[in-house]
Amino acid sequence: MAVKIDMTKLTLGPILFHWPAQQKIDFYARIADEAAIDTVYLGEVICSKRSPFFDKHYADVTERLERGGKTVVFSTLAEVMLKRERNMMAGFCEEEDHLIEVNDTAGLFHLNGRPHMIGPLMNVYNEDTMRYLASKGATRFCLPPELPGPSVAVLCEHAKELGVSIEVQVFGRTSLALSARCYHARAHGRIKDNCQFVCEEDPDGMPLDTLTGQRFLAINGIQTLSHTYLNLLPELDALKSMGVDHFRLVPHTQDMVAVAQIYRDTLDVKTSADEAESKLASLDIPAPFANGFWHGLAGHQRVQ
Amino acid sequence: MTQHSATLAPPKFRPHLPVLPLFPLQPILKRIVRRIGAENPDMFNRLGPHTKARYLIDATNLPFTLLLQPDPENLSLTAHFRTSPPDHDARIAGKFLDLMRLLDSDIDGDALFFARDLIITGNTEAVVCLRNALDDVDGSIAQMVADMFGPLARAALARLRRVANKPVTKDTQ
Amino acid sequence: MTSPELVCPAGTPAALRTAVDAGADAVYCGFQNATNARNFPGLNFTVPELERSVAYAHAKGTKVLLAMNTYPPAGKQALWKDAIDTGIRLGVDAFIVADIGVAHYIATTYPDARLHLSVQAAASNPESIRYYCQEFGVKRVVLPRILTVPEIRNLAAEVPCEIETFIFGNHGLMVEGRCSLTNYITGLSTNLDGVCSPAAQVEYKRDNAGNLTTQLGEFTIDCFGCDETAGYPTICKGRYTTPAHDGGYYAFEEPISLNLSSLLPDLIGAGVHALKIEGRQRSRAYVKKVVSSFRKAVDDISSGRTAQLADLLALTEGQKETQGAFKSKTWR
Repeated sequence: MAVKIDMTKLTLGPILFHWPAQQKIDFYARIADEAAIDTVYLGEVICSKRSPFFDKHYADVTERLERGGKTVVFSTLAEVMLKRERNMMAGFCEEEDHLIEVNDTAGLFHLNGRPHMIGPLMNVYNEDTMRYLASKGATRFCLPPELPGPSVAVLCEHAKELGVSIEVQVFGRTSLALSARCYHARAHGRIKDNCQFVCEEDPDGMPLDTLTGQRFLAINGIQTLSHTYLNLLPELDALKSMGVDHFRLVPHTQDMVAVAQIYRDTLDVKTSADEAESKLASLDIPAPFANGFWHGLAGHQRVQ
Repeated sequence: MTQHSATLAPPKFRPHLPVLPLFPLQPILKRIVRRIGAENPDMFNRLGPHTKARYLIDATNLPFTLLLQPDPENLSLTAHFRTSPPDHDARIAGKFLDLMRLLDSDIDGDALFFARDLIITGNTEAVVCLRNALDDVDGSIAQMVADMFGPLARAALARLRRVANKPVTKDTQ
Repeated sequence: MTSPELVCPAGTPAALRTAVDAGADAVYCGFQNATNARNFPGLNFTVPELERSVAYAHAKGTKVLLAMNTYPPAGKQALWKDAIDTGIRLGVDAFIVADIGVAHYIATTYPDARLHLSVQAAASNPESIRYYCQEFGVKRVVLPRILTVPEIRNLAAEVPCEIETFIFGNHGLMVEGRCSLTNYITGLSTNLDGVCSPAAQVEYKRDNAGNLTTQLGEFTIDCFGCDETAGYPTICKGRYTTPAHDGGYYAFEEPISLNLSSLLPDLIGAGVHALKIEGRQRSRAYVKKVVSSFRKAVDDISSGRTAQLADLLALTEGQKETQGAFKSKTWR
């Protein structure tokens, strides 16, 4: 058992939302000092317009996290369209001291076979795609959240054979769609070029409800996420036994140090899934939990 | 899913239309639908699991409605008074001319729906399957039916088509 | 000016013949299963139907492009490989693919087969497109509907393959291939199962006043007053509420269709090789009208005349049309 415990890594995905720079700095300082996290992914994945706010802080934050014993990986933009975005992607891929997590195919072009990771916004759904990308330098695959458990199991088998590792998101809102249009700006009667960064008002996403008052989705600029929070605590055992070795938490404004500890303790079998679940529920998560995708059902559903 | 009469929109037939007995119509309808089925056997494949579905075809400006069950084993099309609509799984409602042109793929069903001139309730998938099945039938079903009933029917169809192709004026019904 | 290829939809053999007869240079279609992104009930082709359809199209000089543009889930790739093998046997002119594994299978098993990169691959920049060309020998890319015409012009100069753009039809708001909204609500995936708002989970509820409520799964997508035009029951065309906005609003886009007829000369001038009409799920009536209108327009432009385009508004969703992202960056 001890060997298995050491093999599971808890990771913190990139901050998807537009938090003020100081909030991010403070957040990562606390993660560095207190969180039971092994790997932290840094980088603006959603909107290139947000990047300048934090670019100058990456070096310090990286150093701080590494001093806290964390491995740092840089996550690329997920949508590359404009000249500025293409330059960002190219520049990112020149990074040599840290691994890159690629979220758009443009990254594969630039990396040209150098070792890298594949992010959850890339479409790796099957073993042929995984095998091909592994042959071109991919060493870890964070799978798309909609992939059901049985497919993840098949990919884990092939990953062992290929010597690559598999990561799955286990906590937080689930990314459901990307667009070229900014829906945050649209809600405020603006366009993307004149958004005035209204997305900063919703640090966990802007709620979108149906006309009949049902909680439905969350908007984050060009990204649409689930209203529900993914929670795979009850499934962690199954994931581990399949061979998933990295477990991703998506950062929210809730107490991520506490969230990390709950997941870490569950992975280490120090706490039961039931107990972990009630601890997680006590953290004021502003939405119901869901795990439907994992069970091959509608993603908003929760299978107990 | 079964849509009962209570949930249907109120009938909109023209009050001046005489109330006809429906029984003479039934054998004619049976002949029509069997003929269409016999000439287009591939059509049923597109219905998938919905060959047993009961479709209420509701031409809102006719005094009666039709119930279609596209079961290749027992194809049936029957007429029913509006006052006693039969149980059904899906209802497709629109003006008679629109429905006829739809049957012939002379107009686009989605376009009618967008314009709110076509009403779909009940089992949406069954309706989509029926639409796709009929859309794959080459030629004109209306013409085939008219041909079955001789020169008078052909003349009536030609007249209907002239009406249908007139510039659109809002029918106030 | 070289004449671009007019690429037209076919959901059934009858629609395919209609498109061919209306002047399509190429038709695209798919099998009756999850291997294509319009896996809708009652739609698409059986193997014998496709065989007859290829013969019909080829006899009239029209190409047949086989949509193989979904992502096989792990452990289920056999269905896709089988469909590709069949497509090769039937002599289709190209495969429209999105998945890297699928592209690799075709490129290595059938190196002479022509590959088009589907819009579902979401390749929106020259580097991504060059990646697919370099790795799998892709000959044409179908661009996501998110670029302006000047951006397309710049892109065309930087990629070593042909460019295809949509010119008419349904206007999905999310980047294709990067949307799992349907799966979140229904348990069926656009990428994996080829469905978007599956009809089996769509319900139209009409009240006595004529108001129409559209529901997908257990969620309300929209409610149309009796005097409003309607749209497809897709999540990205629904009306929702949020604290920042007064009342229900189209959070993503209103029911509206893309119509680039007035931009055709600009698109052709920008170096677009193929013009695509969306609508495999539409009727023969739609195919006939839209294909023949655009056939005439493209011919007019190619021979230096001003294109006269028939009014296609009646066929558009919500009976509204837009030039979407193509006209101006303000769309974003």
